[in-house]
Amino acid sequence: MKYFTRLRVRRVYKWRGKPISFNRKLKICEYTSLDISVEGLPRVTVIKTGQHILIEGDDEDNPYVAKVIRLYGDENGKQKKVVVQWFVRVSEVPLSKLKLLGREPHPQEIFYYQGRSCDDEVDAESILRPVKVQRLDGAAPFPDSDDQDTLSSLSPSTPCSPPTGTPVSRGPARRALPTPDLAIMRRAAPGEVRYSKATMSAGKPSTAEAESMHSATKRSASKCLSAKRRNAFARTPGIRKKLELSSPEKKSAIAEDHLNQLLDEDPESELMLAQRLSSSPPQAVLLKHSLTPLRKNLKSSVLLNKMCLSEINSSPSSDHSTRATTPSKKREPQTLKEPALEMLAEVDNETSPTLPITATPRSLKRKSAQLVSSRIRKQLNLLDDQQDLSSDGEDDFVPSKRELQSSSEDDEDDDGGEKEAALDSDDEVLVKKGRHAAAGCRTPRSKQRTRTSTRTPRRTPNKKQITPGTPRTPHHATPSIPCRLRPAQQPANVLEEARLRLHVSSVPESLPCREQEFQDIYSFVESKIVDGTGGCMYISGVPGTGKTATVHEVMRCLQHATDMDEISPFHFIEINGMKMTDPHQAYVQILQKLTGQKATADHAAALLEKRFSNPAPRKESTVLLVDELDLLWTRKQNVMYNLFDWPTRRHAHLVVLTIANTMDLPERIMINRVASRLGLTRLSFQPYSFKQLQQIITSRLNKVKAFEEDALQLVSRKVAALSGDARRCLDICRRATEICEHSAADTSSTGLVGMSHVIDALNEMFSSAYITAIKCVSVQEQLFLRAIIAEFRRLGLEEATFQQVFVQHQALCRVEGLQPVSVSEGLAVCQRLGACRLLLLEPSRLGVLQRVRLNVSQDDVLYALKSD
Amino acid sequence: MSKRKVNDAPLPVGTCISEVQDILRKRLCHQQLPDTPEGVQAQHKHLLELLKRTAIHGESNSVLIVGPRGSGKTMLLKCVLRDLLEEKEVERNLLQVHLNGLLQTDDRIALQEMTRQLHLENVVGDKVFGSFAENLSFLLEALKKGDRSSSRPVLFVLDEFDLFAHHKNQTLLYNLFDVSQSAQAPVAVVGVTCRLDVLELLEKRVKSRFSHRQIHLLSNPTFSQYLERVQTQLSLQDDFPDKTFAQDWNASVKTLCEDKSVEDALQRHYNSSKNFRSNHMLLMLCLSRVSVANPAIKPADLLEASKMCLIDAQANMLHGLSILELCLIIAMKHLNDVYEGEPFNLQMVHNEFKKFLQRKSNSMYNFEQPVIMKAFEHLQQLEMIRPVDSSSVKTQREYQLMRLMLDNTQVMEALQKYPQCPTDIKQWAMSAYG
Repeated sequence: MKYFTRLRVRRVYKWRGKPISFNRKLKICEYTSLDISVEGLPRVTVIKTGQHILIEGDDEDNPYVAKVIRLYGDENGKQKKVVVQWFVRVSEVPLSKLKLLGREPHPQEIFYYQGRSCDDEVDAESILRPVKVQRLDGAAPFPDSDDQDTLSSLSPSTPCSPPTGTPVSRGPARRALPTPDLAIMRRAAPGEVRYSKATMSAGKPSTAEAESMHSATKRSASKCLSAKRRNAFARTPGIRKKLELSSPEKKSAIAEDHLNQLLDEDPESELMLAQRLSSSPPQAVLLKHSLTPLRKNLKSSVLLNKMCLSEINSSPSSDHSTRATTPSKKREPQTLKEPALEMLAEVDNETSPTLPITATPRSLKRKSAQLVSSRIRKQLNLLDDQQDLSSDGEDDFVPSKRELQSSSEDDEDDDGGEKEAALDSDDEVLVKKGRHAAAGCRTPRSKQRTRTSTRTPRRTPNKKQITPGTPRTPHHATPSIPCRLRPAQQPANVLEEARLRLHVSSVPESLPCREQEFQDIYSFVESKIVDGTGGCMYISGVPGTGKTATVHEVMRCLQHATDMDEISPFHFIEINGMKMTDPHQAYVQILQKLTGQKATADHAAALLEKRFSNPAPRKESTVLLVDELDLLWTRKQNVMYNLFDWPTRRHAHLVVLTIANTMDLPERIMINRVASRLGLTRLSFQPYSFKQLQQIITSRLNKVKAFEEDALQLVSRKVAALSGDARRCLDICRRATEICEHSAADTSSTGLVGMSHVIDALNEMFSSAYITAIKCVSVQEQLFLRAIIAEFRRLGLEEATFQQVFVQHQALCRVEGLQPVSVSEGLAVCQRLGACRLLLLEPSRLGVLQRVRLNVSQDDVLYALKSD
Repeated sequence: MSKRKVNDAPLPVGTCISEVQDILRKRLCHQQLPDTPEGVQAQHKHLLELLKRTAIHGESNSVLIVGPRGSGKTMLLKCVLRDLLEEKEVERNLLQVHLNGLLQTDDRIALQEMTRQLHLENVVGDKVFGSFAENLSFLLEALKKGDRSSSRPVLFVLDEFDLFAHHKNQTLLYNLFDVSQSAQAPVAVVGVTCRLDVLELLEKRVKSRFSHRQIHLLSNPTFSQYLERVQTQLSLQDDFPDKTFAQDWNASVKTLCEDKSVEDALQRHYNSSKNFRSNHMLLMLCLSRVSVANPAIKPADLLEASKMCLIDAQANMLHGLSILELCLIIAMKHLNDVYEGEPFNLQMVHNEFKKFLQRKSNSMYNFEQPVIMKAFEHLQQLEMIRPVDSSSVKTQREYQLMRLMLDNTQVMEALQKYPQCPTDIKQWAMSAYG
């Protein structure tokens, strides 16, 4: 609790030493170093030029990384400025660019930033603290570290001190902090947290907490627990929710396996390590890196990266990496299991049984645990074996209770009770297992959990399982459809080639017939990017008129312009109202595409709000495409309001392009304050005319001669008359090629798609099946339709009850010389007609009382019946 | 019979019979696929070509199979899939996802089912993790990652397609069709529905993304084809173990189909419904009458079965009513005639009944009010009468408005057949006024 109250510390920044130079013209003094101290604490942190620092940014948890180039201030020392070289974290790199990297970046990696769009001069007061950045040789394995604050970079040029082999000095930047206060620690946390995107947000608060506990090693365990509990209470529901996200199965199985092996191999040293770690805070330093200029040197860095990756895989055993993981990791689960968190308990059923135990005073626990465990140990051993067999061999991470325990033990008795503690936790696990066994191991997860704990009966192993590795969150999981086992065939003849080109999905080289619209959108977006301002544009048009395609084309061109360095780089994000389950998911998707973070809708909205309204030292423009805007409508319209309000903020640099079908959407569904923010920049896409459709097909076919001119014209005229939907046009052409292919088999035709084929295709797609359907129904069903018409004429209404129609039906049967049908049969006839929607019926439970209407016009029915 | 035994060695008649029943039941109720779909060869070819292109060339497509119930939509699709999977090229490439609008009643369930059937990474065992929103973005991302030439094609079969169109925003359909129209993993979306107006259910942007290919199954068999089909359905194949028995059986089936009365009965079924599902029902009833004592289907069996199929369900129930209940029904019928179908209540029915009693001055049917009430309630339970929806529960039971759920013809027919129906009641029912 105490920590939270001190969250906002006041830091004092002072120059150290005399200015090394004074620029008279600008009236600035240059210094070599800067002192940062926190009020009320004696420690002082020194920032020197050449050092890497963390700078306060929008995201408290992920401060910016930079290198100090120059320190200066004005004469009277009031203004302190720092000139920096920026680095970007993986999470700050746009996803699209990440792909260029050609490999999975290490979450700790940072990249050299060369962009010009950010101011490289920042206020010294935004400096948080120094950070260690280590340059990595391309070939060096990426330090597996997970320790806070070390960031790594790979440098293609200067390999310096790869951390392998040497156990590394552990003097993490964290310990060098000006103060151990929580606020700062929190900021320190991201490094460690980043290994898992999913756990990220959850992990942050918890590690921070863990951290604080660690620093308070002298407290008694119970005190710790209560503090934790209180903290937990203080936490907002949002955070709790997020904890759910960090579900165990997201963790990497591989990393765990390695660790397990390792641990099994030398448990002894592990113990020692653990001891050492718990008593001596300083840890891993490692790494860091240097970044390869993203765009320029991609190739070389990719190569190097590959090497280093493979090396990681092959030599996971370096001691320090495992060691490094312990301190931070082991605590994470603590928060997960916080007894006071009812919600958590629900979420995580498997762990909940253990909760009460954690909370009990140590001594009690120990005794009872020992008792119980000795009794059930034998049975469990049996069970274990079975479980081993039954589990699928995937080591999902499991925050076992053991971790909890051991960490609190560390706090309690660092050196003294080591042995006891180990014993203790062993017992604990056994007890837990017993419960699972009793409960019948309902879920596969719980099975795995118990299994892991048994397999590595030492005290440390589990802690390590919570390793960074590759998280199994959807984001990283790279969901995909499996690859095909046989390659897809390439088109073999002209018609197939034409069909491929005519598929709506094939991306045309250019978009004909939308030049004007393209120009409008292009200049709008370009001007906003160049000016660094924001704005909204509303694009409307019926389906299939190329709205989304045009915007994508614009973005491709702008992207190209960026690559040519003609305009400054920007993010392009696309969301689609139809591709989300609820309008508020828009926030989540935007946030995820912008930063890769996952959050709940409310939290995401808050983060975006912050991001767009606060000034940030460097910021690129963002272009947001909102497709199917009308689906983002909510009663309060707050989603739309926010989307249109953000661009008006001074610091947002946000351009919003919205797409919907109706031209008057803003007037129809938007309340005034939303419509007003959307502004009047509107663009309407007219349905294609037949000439344009023809041109579109011709340009897609691109010299592949598959259609007769007349056939093309017929299709385009027909479609233009009906809807002007280019998709329809392409689909018809595609179908026509198929028909042509079939007919070509029997007759010696030209091989080109001719009029007859196109007419067939058109009929197939546009003709209604009602008349054929009526011709095909049975005699009684036809009679029933006639009876309906007769009854309608008699009543003068378009609706009658089944009973009335049935009387007519009976009469008609007699006229036709058929045996009259029974009521049940008549109802069955009626239901069959209703099922294919020739009739509209009331629910069938009404029996003879249900009302009947025709779903086809009477003329159609009569026409169909007459032609028999 | 003894001759057969000498000849072909073979099987006792009981074994043969049970064998026959086995084979025919598989055909009639287990929806065994025919070797070639009859009457829908063109559609078969169209669909097969379409799916082949998805499976082999990675071309995305969407198609609807439309046809009345019992017209063989699912049979067609299954035949096509069977033929498709015979090709080596396709066999191990195609992923299939089968959804049914009656089971996946909303998009959340449908998405979970899809993820499960695709074995994506967020599935452990049978459980799909993640919220609705996560599942959706997960699946879309999965499909987006793929491309035409490298991903395995996915076949989505949406049974009762029209029900999917009722899901909120038609999110699922939009996304499936959108994938089929963009350069993502190749998919084929096949919808199966019996509604002819299904396209009108689609929202305009969903409709625009649908390729508008529809395969209509509107077969129009003539009566002779129908007859032929009945014969082939009942005939045994050459591979039947006991050849002689098979020949005898087939011969008997042939004579059966040529019988005049059988033809008439079948004509009646044909007039009522041309689809083969109701036909199978009839044949099943015949088949179940085959036994060792009766080793072939006789015309009488078929006529009996046909009678069972066509019987009126409610008339049957009327035969089981008591005299009092029957009287009440007759009173209601008169009320209906007099008031032209306006609803009535117990009191009115009772008065009508009393009028009849007074005229006859016959105390035989003089029942207490509670007895009448009980009979009335019984009729309501049998759903011979149902309360008018608007009449609220508050009104007393005697005054609750009701409607008769029977047609006059049904009442009169039942009276004719009612065992030992008193003549005065018959006369009362027949009289034009109450």
